[in-house]
Amino acid sequence: MADNEFDAIVIGSGISGGWAAKELCEKGLKVIMLERGMNVEHIKDYHNALKAPWDFPHRGRRTQKMIEDYPVLKRDYPLSEKNLEWWASDIDSPYTEIKRFDWFRGYQVGGRSLLWGKQSYRLSDLDFEANAKEGVAVDWPIRYKEIAPWYDYVEKFAGISGSKEGLPQLPDGQFLPAMDMTCVEKDVSSKIKQNFDGKRNMIIGRAAHVTGPLDGRSQCQYRNKCSLGCPFGGYFSTQSSTLPAAKATGNLTLRPYSIVTQILYDKDKKRAIGVEVLDAETNQTYEYKAKIVFLNASTINSAWILMNSATDVWPEGLGSSSGELGHNLMDHHLGVGAGGKVEGYEDKYYYGRRPNGIYIPRYRNFFGDKRDYIRGFGYQGGASREGWSKNVAEFSIGAEFKEALTEPGHWTMGIGGFGEILPYHENKVTLDKSKTDKWGLNVVAIDCELKENELSMRKDMLNDAIEMLEAAGVKDVHGHDGDGTPGRGIHEMGTARMGKDPKTSVLNKWNQVWDAPNVFVTDGSFMTSAGCQNPSLTYMAFTARAADHAINELNKRNI
Amino acid sequence: MIMGGTIVGAEIFLYGCKPGTPPLSDIEFTPENLAFLDEVGETILPETPSSPGAKAAKIGEFMKVMVTDCYKKDDQNAFLEGIVALNDLAKSKFDEGFIAVSEEDKKTFLESLDQEAKDYDKAREKDKPKHYFTMMKELTLWGYFSSEVGATQALRYVETPGRWEACIPYNEGDKAWAI
Repeated sequence: MADNEFDAIVIGSGISGGWAAKELCEKGLKVIMLERGMNVEHIKDYHNALKAPWDFPHRGRRTQKMIEDYPVLKRDYPLSEKNLEWWASDIDSPYTEIKRFDWFRGYQVGGRSLLWGKQSYRLSDLDFEANAKEGVAVDWPIRYKEIAPWYDYVEKFAGISGSKEGLPQLPDGQFLPAMDMTCVEKDVSSKIKQNFDGKRNMIIGRAAHVTGPLDGRSQCQYRNKCSLGCPFGGYFSTQSSTLPAAKATGNLTLRPYSIVTQILYDKDKKRAIGVEVLDAETNQTYEYKAKIVFLNASTINSAWILMNSATDVWPEGLGSSSGELGHNLMDHHLGVGAGGKVEGYEDKYYYGRRPNGIYIPRYRNFFGDKRDYIRGFGYQGGASREGWSKNVAEFSIGAEFKEALTEPGHWTMGIGGFGEILPYHENKVTLDKSKTDKWGLNVVAIDCELKENELSMRKDMLNDAIEMLEAAGVKDVHGHDGDGTPGRGIHEMGTARMGKDPKTSVLNKWNQVWDAPNVFVTDGSFMTSAGCQNPSLTYMAFTARAADHAINELNKRNI
Repeated sequence: MIMGGTIVGAEIFLYGCKPGTPPLSDIEFTPENLAFLDEVGETILPETPSSPGAKAAKIGEFMKVMVTDCYKKDDQNAFLEGIVALNDLAKSKFDEGFIAVSEEDKKTFLESLDQEAKDYDKAREKDKPKHYFTMMKELTLWGYFSSEVGATQALRYVETPGRWEACIPYNEGDKAWAI
């Protein structure tokens, strides 16, 4: 084999790219994984992971210089001095906002698997059947039964802690032991159940943390400093989980600083033959050849790569023949919820920092419930005791004031909603050829907004949050409805949706591009609808399934 | 009366401080400003039998870093001018600068300034800087409780807890977790 020839190319090294590399390597393929950003070596490159709060010059806060340098990232929590090197530079990689879209990107080996929230939920047939039942967009080409074994498969390897609840809208999985709820959370949970006839449930979050024996992994140490990289490998990331497995096969080549500028397409064979890479450090161009390509560059960037590929055949790019490439961009809308004070439990506290919270699965618009919008939302949140930032009414300065601040305050409980966004054809990304990035490449233009269904849903998200907390006895409940700007969920999905018909979808049910069946797109871009659950686990399951299918098809010489 | 004595007296009058000490600056963080902020911080969070005070957390230096790097220009100006304003206010009340005032007077003085700051902030237009004392107090609390002495002695900090116990007894007097 020439040194630029492989069996498979994986574009991107985040959650889904890491899975693709692992699965393909373990099946015996020689794989090159291309990552546009720098390398981040497990443990060694977690520079801040063992720092104490006082080791950070600004104790984690953002400086004016950072605000200037990160005009997008500054819009929400990610901008912090603690892990700035893992968020992409807004200056180097600009994009065009036709409407405001907060795009928070992680350009390094591991991608956003180093930064993710780790919440891991299955979709159910409530989600897979919704488009068909409601006549929205196109039908998912598969049902829960087909993906369930793949959820089992990825959960067992990734390590998902959680509790079995028997809820039809949120199928149980292969769980490691659940993390416990605090006493206040248990109390609120039982009161919600009582007050809403068992139709609303508050459960412990299902999260990709190791809480029991798992081969090759260490247990979560409850430091809650995950986004600095975990030196214990206590949570699922490419570095802690899929990359070591892929490397162990001896079949993996990892190439950082490799911006894939296009997938090379042979119009006679009707197959992809490789990719073109721009070295981000040297600006040199390289080609890599392979039998199959897995595209895992993250939803918006995968669409960008496809749009820049095979333009001699399809001016709008590879996969554009359906007219759906780049369209149906989705996220989860959030920033709405409620919180308040809990009386009592002053003789209770906790030990450790749980990197997880509670989850209230969707309860709207099923089993007889009918609202003036379709689909629904879940909540995440938790209860904890106030610390030094609590309000002390009696003293304003001095020794008594200080002593009062050193003891824990009231318990507080808060929840925030994650709502489903429908796939709208007109929510889309396109190429903006009038603007270039640091490397002279054209950029994407994002045109996406919440519509009536989402805005109507948000009213329930606010009112229900207040109602549930009040019903659970929480005092001084304050609702908040802040910023539902798309992008903030950091769950971009849908720009290369799968479907049953090449005329209306970009991918088939195996994540293969209809127009190039040896190209598999298995990041969030394949999602036909969004559900309201955190989506990464679903990407893992579909990636493992697609890799299995790819091997079968290669063996049958179909691709 | 000898000439030197008059000069020394004039310096005390002008600077409210020991002879030879330069005045507080309203445009930059001088060593005198840092010493002054240490005193303000220590009055807000003093040393107590159970833990060191804000001075031990080098609170003046912390305020300098935060104001210089993290504050907007308007807020920086308001903060620095506030140092001089606070000292002038002390002088008008006690005939000497803040540092020279007795601890008891420092406390009652800052208590009343805290109330004044709260009233000011309530009435403040949103795009105007907060009262300078609000800034000093916020930075003192944040800087102290996230410092090593604050987090480990005034509060409890465990780098690697190793386990999660969701519901354990809390005994009166147990410190809060730092994070």
